[in-house]
Amino acid sequence: MSALSADLRVADRDVEVHFTVHPGETLALLGANGAGKSTVLAALAGLVRPEGTVRLADRVLSDTTDGTRGTWVPPHDRGMALLAQEARLFPHLTVRDNVAFGPRSRGGHVRRSKNQARDDAERWLAEVGMTAYGDRRPRALSGGQQQRVAIARALATEPQVLLVDEPLAALDVESAPEIRDLLRRVLASRTTILVTHEVLDAALLADRIAVLDAGRIVDSGETTRVLSRPRSDFGARFAGLNLVRGVAHGQALRMPDGRLLHGLTEVPIADGGRAAAVVAPSAVSVHLEAPHGSPRNTLDATIVELEPHGHVVRVRTDLLSADITAAAVAELGLTRGDRVVLSVKATEVHLHPA
Amino acid sequence: MIPRWLLLPAGLGALLVAVPIVAMALTVDWANFGALVTSDASTDALLLSLRTAAVSTLLCLLLGIPLAAVLARSSGAATTALRSLVLLPLVIPPVVGGIALLQAFGRRGVLGSTLEVLGLEIAFSTTAVVIAQTFVAMPFLVLSVEGALRTAGTRFEEVAATLGARPGTVFRRITVPLVLPGLASGTILAFARCLGEFGATITFAGSLQGTTRTLPLEIYLQRESDPRAAVALSLVLVAVAVLIIGLTRGRRDSLAEGTA
Amino acid sequence: MNVITQLLPSKSISYAVRTAAAACALLVLGACGASGAADTRSDANSTATQSSSSPAQERTLTVFAAASLQKPFEEIAESFEKAHPGVTVRFSFGGSSGLVAQLQEGAPADVLATANEPTMAKAVADSLVVETPTPFVSNTLQIVVPADNPAGIATLTDLTRADAKVVLCAPAVPCGAAANSVEKSAGIDIKPVSEEQSVTDVLGKVRSGEADAGLVYVTDVAGANTSSTGAEVKGIDFPEAKSAINIYPIAALKSAKDAGLADEFVAAITGADGQKVLRDAGFAAP
Repeated sequence: MSALSADLRVADRDVEVHFTVHPGETLALLGANGAGKSTVLAALAGLVRPEGTVRLADRVLSDTTDGTRGTWVPPHDRGMALLAQEARLFPHLTVRDNVAFGPRSRGGHVRRSKNQARDDAERWLAEVGMTAYGDRRPRALSGGQQQRVAIARALATEPQVLLVDEPLAALDVESAPEIRDLLRRVLASRTTILVTHEVLDAALLADRIAVLDAGRIVDSGETTRVLSRPRSDFGARFAGLNLVRGVAHGQALRMPDGRLLHGLTEVPIADGGRAAAVVAPSAVSVHLEAPHGSPRNTLDATIVELEPHGHVVRVRTDLLSADITAAAVAELGLTRGDRVVLSVKATEVHLHPA
Repeated sequence: MIPRWLLLPAGLGALLVAVPIVAMALTVDWANFGALVTSDASTDALLLSLRTAAVSTLLCLLLGIPLAAVLARSSGAATTALRSLVLLPLVIPPVVGGIALLQAFGRRGVLGSTLEVLGLEIAFSTTAVVIAQTFVAMPFLVLSVEGALRTAGTRFEEVAATLGARPGTVFRRITVPLVLPGLASGTILAFARCLGEFGATITFAGSLQGTTRTLPLEIYLQRESDPRAAVALSLVLVAVAVLIIGLTRGRRDSLAEGTA
Repeated sequence: MNVITQLLPSKSISYAVRTAAAACALLVLGACGASGAADTRSDANSTATQSSSSPAQERTLTVFAAASLQKPFEEIAESFEKAHPGVTVRFSFGGSSGLVAQLQEGAPADVLATANEPTMAKAVADSLVVETPTPFVSNTLQIVVPADNPAGIATLTDLTRADAKVVLCAPAVPCGAAANSVEKSAGIDIKPVSEEQSVTDVLGKVRSGEADAGLVYVTDVAGANTSSTGAEVKGIDFPEAKSAINIYPIAALKSAKDAGLADEFVAAITGADGQKVLRDAGFAAP
């Protein structure tokens, strides 16, 4: 059974999508700017009125197909919290009151008393590591701190579905990894729709990815599948990314077969902790035998497929994919089933907790 | 950096305002100032002015904030037409406003007979003063608040809605606090406009001590009989205005600090 | 300046230049004389001189007169101008007290005619007039009601009825003072719903039906109904009016540029022709 299913059209933005999200799952809507991702989120949240239907568990949130008047549940009654690109903390409230806003504002029996809401706020501030800032005004916080508070504020409403819109786009390079790590933790068991143009975010946070191009979903499936074997040219160009899972071992990832992939970590990962390495196909070189000099990583692999993508050919192997020119493919005489040696600089391998 | 030649017209502009005010302060009969401004007629007028301006400002808030919200959160030809209509009292002479009010609420006006049946007599009452003041002052409030609402945008309201807040809660806890600085300056501007209202009042409400003769009307009348008292009372009105401007500035500063 | 000249009608230019000139005067007053100001000032002066220069041989007589005198005075001035070629009579009509206040502030005028004697007495006390003022007409109060007289007013005592909305002039202005003395001598107390600034305002409130009755001068009622709008108000005489007969005095002023001409105008008003025009307008002999 699905937690959320949507079959919606927003005519004036030329967006028409159909997808479902399972309970506890994170679905990433991945696409370039202007692909219609935010429109989809706004339609789900009830901030714009789409045609078609949106269902949350057994509730119909909006439906224009069930008769002349249709069904429409207003934003405040949907049980969906929206986490936007900018934190959008209410400037006139303290950090604590921002987080307590949701619990205090809900209608009916779920509405919390002032003290309960305050307790909720403290709990969620602790969860995002912002306990010390409860009495501050949002303006006194850094971008990363504001985004932490925004996450706490959204979660404090205990939403059935969390809508996340480019949560790291407005952050500087230093705070982005921390917030990504925080999101990874809090999204783990929550039904979430994450909108992003950043392949890395989708790779690390999502269980499934739907690739959005010009208002249509052109590919969707398991995160690893969409990233490693994209079914559309657009997806391949846009979403091509090597994602290798394993456990942390110093400044390297131990792959399931025991080999090490050396790289750089942005946030500390404990040895033995679950981790993922992300490598762009353009950073991987293909050799017939082990190259001279020593790139940190040289790994034996077998070619599975050769796929032309525009000016490059993607060489898919049983380990990593590599993007090389057609001329190089011809020069090396590569065919399916060939044994090759792949090399990647350690600086091109990004290690993340997973 | 501003070009230097701007300083000359800027200085002239400032002097055009400053010199008459200073001149008035210089020519006022200070020896009898107390007696001139504390006569029964003068205190009645001042109290009536403060009382009616307070009530009118409250009315401006009650009617103006919703109007501003409607104008700020909608668009299209109907909105444009509504905005032009609401702002009309800004651009028509107050005396014209008074005549218009007379045609509507006067005894022989369009609504006059209906109101009379209901037992509401507006002509020559303090109510008429309040209606006239609200009529001329509301656009100031609507303008300030609508501007503040448009600047604030809908981003915070949308977030509040997805956090589970009903429209009423959003308006009370998010929208209104966010536009508070604009609301404060709009309120003070409206109050000042109410205090200074003359043309519509004298046309629509008449002039009777303690009932409809506000401070500007009293000043105008005193000009006939005792010009010294008129100057002294004018100075009182200037002092009240200066106080209001100071209040606006102090209020803005404290609000700016509060949100900083 | 050229661009502005093309864009604005000449009258606006003249206003703009005069305002600029006033602003420059302020600048000098403020002892902020800047180098740039000199140009603007000479500009402004030359234009001001141009606009005020009229054909040199003509003479202008400025008359300050009570508002109620407007119609008959304009008529008399027309024949006065015919009898004195080259003479232009300019009027400033207004509340008598206001006119005297302007004269005290130094407004240039040749002749003053007020709507009552106490106001003229102020001008005399300030030595503004040449000789003892001459009373030239009198005026009495009349009850004015809307043409349909909705409150059924017939006598002065009717004005004290609680259901009658009565407007008077404020006691500070002559017509209000007159109403006061009528009340006193009749031994009644009228509770007005409004005390207006002038007879015109009282007439306006009655004419529009906002008020049921008012007390104004006979001449005001006559003036209101000779207009093209027809009989909108009705005048009701009452015997108590005799106790407050208002005498209008006229006098030549010391500030007169042409004392002879000012005297001649006073004579035209007090003479037989002038008196006939005033009588036709409803005024009585002094």
